[in-house]
Formats: sequence, C-alpha cells, structure tokens
Amino acid sequence: MNVDSRGRLLLSVFVALTLTVLPLPPWLDVLRPAFLVLTVLFWSVNAPRTGGIALGFFAGLLLDVFQGPVLGEHALALSLITYIAVREHQRIRSKPAIQQALFVFVALLFYEVVLFMIDGWTGHPVTSPLRWLHTLTGALIWPPVAAILAYGSGRRLA
Amino acid sequence: MAAFGTAAGRPLTGRGGSPGFRFTLYALLSVVMMYLDQRQHYLEQVRYVLQAAAYPVQLAVNSPPAAWRWLRDSLQSRDALRTENGRLRGAQRDLELRSMRYEALERENGELRGLKDALPPVADRWLAAEIVNIQLSSLRQRLLINRGAVNGVFKGQAVLDDRGLIGQTTHVGPWSAEVILITDPEHAVPVRIERTGLRTIAVGAADTTSLALPYLPANADIKSGDLLVTSGLGGVFPEGYPVARVTEVHRDAVQPLAQVRAAPLAHVDTDGEVMLVWFRADHPPAPAMTADSVGELGRGDPAMQPQPTPPKPRAAPPPPPAAPEAQGPGAAAGQDAPLAAPAARPAAPRAAAKSAPAGSAPSGAPPGTAATPADTPASAPPPGAPRPDEGQP
Repeated sequence: MNVDSRGRLLLSVFVALTLTVLPLPPWLDVLRPAFLVLTVLFWSVNAPRTGGIALGFFAGLLLDVFQGPVLGEHALALSLITYIAVREHQRIRSKPAIQQALFVFVALLFYEVVLFMIDGWTGHPVTSPLRWLHTLTGALIWPPVAAILAYGSGRRLA
Repeated sequence: MAAFGTAAGRPLTGRGGSPGFRFTLYALLSVVMMYLDQRQHYLEQVRYVLQAAAYPVQLAVNSPPAAWRWLRDSLQSRDALRTENGRLRGAQRDLELRSMRYEALERENGELRGLKDALPPVADRWLAAEIVNIQLSSLRQRLLINRGAVNGVFKGQAVLDDRGLIGQTTHVGPWSAEVILITDPEHAVPVRIERTGLRTIAVGAADTTSLALPYLPANADIKSGDLLVTSGLGGVFPEGYPVARVTEVHRDAVQPLAQVRAAPLAHVDTDGEVMLVWFRADHPPAPAMTADSVGELGRGDPAMQPQPTPPKPRAAPPPPPAAPEAQGPGAAAGQDAPLAAPAARPAAPRAAAKSAPAGSAPSGAPPGTAATPADTPASAPPPGAPRPDEGQP
C-alpha cells in the first residue's frame, strides 16, 4: 500500500507540475490556480505521513526551479502551509468540501504572503494586485480537485 | 483516506520527529538556500543542474503545441508556400539593397571618425533559438529557449527578433535558457529617443504589450510615434537597436512626470524563434573607453570571438565611470550627448533608486549605470540602427 500510494502521489505531483508550467494565454495565466500547491495540500491533509512536510519542501523546490527568482522561496512558503495542514489535518479532513475550501483559501493567502515578502526582500517586487487572484481561484477549484485526487487515491489505497 | 484512520491518532510520532521539528528544519534549510543563492551566488552550479533536470519536463509539456505547429507547417499548401517564397525573395532583395547602403555609410562614418578602416560590426555572431515554453502573464513574462551553455549562451545575453529587442537571459542551463522579456514588470531597459536623443529608462508595464517610461519630466520632448532604441548604457544591450514605439503620451498639469506608454516592436506572441546575439567584447557600450581601445577599434579586428561565458561579472556592479574624458572622437550621433544628458539627469537617480533592487537578475545592471549621467555613448555603430539580420553569415 505504501509503495502504491507513493506512486500515486508522485504521479499527481507530476500532473500538477505540468498544469503549472503549461503555457496559457495571458488573461488565463493570471487566473491559473497553483495546482501543485493544491495537490500538496491534499496529500498533507489526507495522508500526512506519506507526504508530509518533506513533500511540501521538495515540491516548493521544484517550483523554484521552474519559476522562482531565488532557490528556496517557494520551498519555504510551501513547507509552512504544509506544516499547518499536517498539524490540523484531522480537523480539516472531517469538514465538508466547502469548508475545506475556506481553509485552502487561508492557506493560499499565507503562501502568497510569504512569497510576497521574500520577493520584496530579494529585490524582485511584483506589486500588482493580480498576484493575489490565484488564491481565490485556487479555493474555488478545491472541491473538484480534491474529489479527483480522492477518487484516484481512494481507489488504490482501499 | 480512511486507511489512515489508525495512524491519525498519533500523527506526531512519525519518522523524523514531530511536524514542528521537521518544519523548523526545512524552513531553516530554505532560508539558508535563499541566502546562499541571493547574496553569495553559491548555487549557480546547483541551479544549472536543476535546470538541466527540469528541461525534459518543459519539453514534454510543450510537445502538444509543438506537434500542432509542425502539423500545420507540413500541411501547408503549395500555393501558400509559393506566396511566402515570393515574399521572402522580395524581402531579401530589399535587405541586400539596404545593406549595400549600410556598408557605404559605415565606411563614411569610419572616415568621419578619423579611423583608418571602417568600424567592425557590433555583433559577432547570431544564433537562432526556438521558443520552448512561454509564460506571458501580467506578473511574469518569461520564455524558455532551446539553447544553453553548450551553445555558449551566458547570463545577461541580449535576445532579439527581426523587429526589435525581446529581452535578456536570466538563468542558463546546459541546453536551455530562461529569457526575461522587456515587458516583464521586473525588467528595465535603458533607451534613447531616436528623434531627440533624450535618454531614459523603459520598464515593463503591468500588461504584456506595453512598456512604461516613468522617468520623463512633463516637459520632455516626446510624442506619440517616436522610436525608442537602446541607449547602450548599462552594458547589456549595445547601442542603437530598436526597442519600442511610443503609443501614448499623457501630460497632467499637476504631475511633474509625463506618463508615457510604448509598444514593443518585437512580437513575442507570434514568434517561434528568437535570436541570441554575441556582441564584441571590445565594443562595450559602457562609458569606460580608453585611448587604447579606440585604437583597437581602428585596427578593426581584435579577438573576433564570442564573449566567454562568465555569468558572474555581469551581476557585479558596473565599474565606476571613467569621467567624461575618453570617448569616441566626438562622434556617436552628434545630436545625442550634450543635449540629452541634462534632461535625463533628474530622472536617472530616481530610476536607479527604484530599479536597483531588481538586483540579482542582470536587469539590475542597466539602471545602475544609467545613474551616472556623466557617461556618454561609447563610440558606437552608425545611428542608422543596423538591423540584426545584417552581417549574418
């Protein structure tokens, strides 16, 4: 079971990464939810011991390679929200999807705040308010994403 | 999910300590990494390797669009190809005519400068690169191209298309490189208004199709339709390449600065290919020209080689400008220097103050040098703005 679920996890991370770097037209790109972050959140909440904070860290490192100005930026932000999700996973898991989406929204806000601050400190400030938009779309898309991931993992894990 | 019901009772005793402990560990690791990457540039090698590892993924992600393009190209009709062939023939004839004229002008310019031979071309060689991935949002505008360090690409290299400047490379992997576009909000390019010689800085605006010129006083001589060319300050882009055309000038009586927008000439969204350009190492656009280097230019042929691939010197602050003493013998577009310098002065320090934090990326370099208004354009190509295509073997 462990090996299988790890395989599922890696596959989902790969798909999420693909969706993250897929070229999109400009107006859609701003709206694009952070798929990789959502996936990591899902695994942290639903299988905190398979993924855990290490998953958050390494997924963040991946994001850094693909689109970070500084190595370690996304890694720190993603470790933070993974930590919160792992700590609170029982409380979150028992809630219906709508309330989970609220938590996801807050987590994404945390994530973006950390990125925003590091961007400022390292001298790559992007102050456009549009950068906060993906937290909203991420929360909105959480129920279907979670359902798809749960369907996949539930089938294999059970 | 339910399978984890038993483990959920004691989630804190997983392998490797409690979540809090592990989080602290990873957070510390991230912070150390950021410090090393940002302040010390120790992680260039690591980044290089990681970029190499990431490249296959990026290629795979881009394969559907690439396959579509290939299919479309291979299904093109004979007529379309013939039409295109005819058009290209015409374009080539025009270019040849123009380059004939260009050579004559170049010789004349060389004579006017009192040099024995014509000046050597600014650019050494070109390399076409294919766009692998493109990221165009208002927050981030980057390209991934399929040329990297094995092709001699280095960090901070100018990228052009056949119409104008596109951007410069920021991260270079072995087989790929990331290009930051001039319209990215983090990027600033030192420009000169072709018509008046006024120098300023064009920064990426908050959308994908325009540049802003935020440092021009309200009474600056600029109007819609003016051509912006690179000014050569900053040392990344050589002087005289077309960048953008002014589309909108807005003067507000209560604002001390004019609000100017310009549209870049390059069309990244329709391009499939871009050009990487190597400029002559001894043809620095930076101000520090000594008598020696002028002499070398006169001889015309020292070290016709691509610049070596030093990523580091680019990131370092530019050398202090050798005061106004040495420059090309009075030349470089007589309309330019004396008039422009005072006008650009109020703008420059602010520009530097604002854009300097754009730090580690080479985009920090242009404003850095632009802050020294004393410098004059180095002896530069003829002001006719040579087109990038010319001189290509």
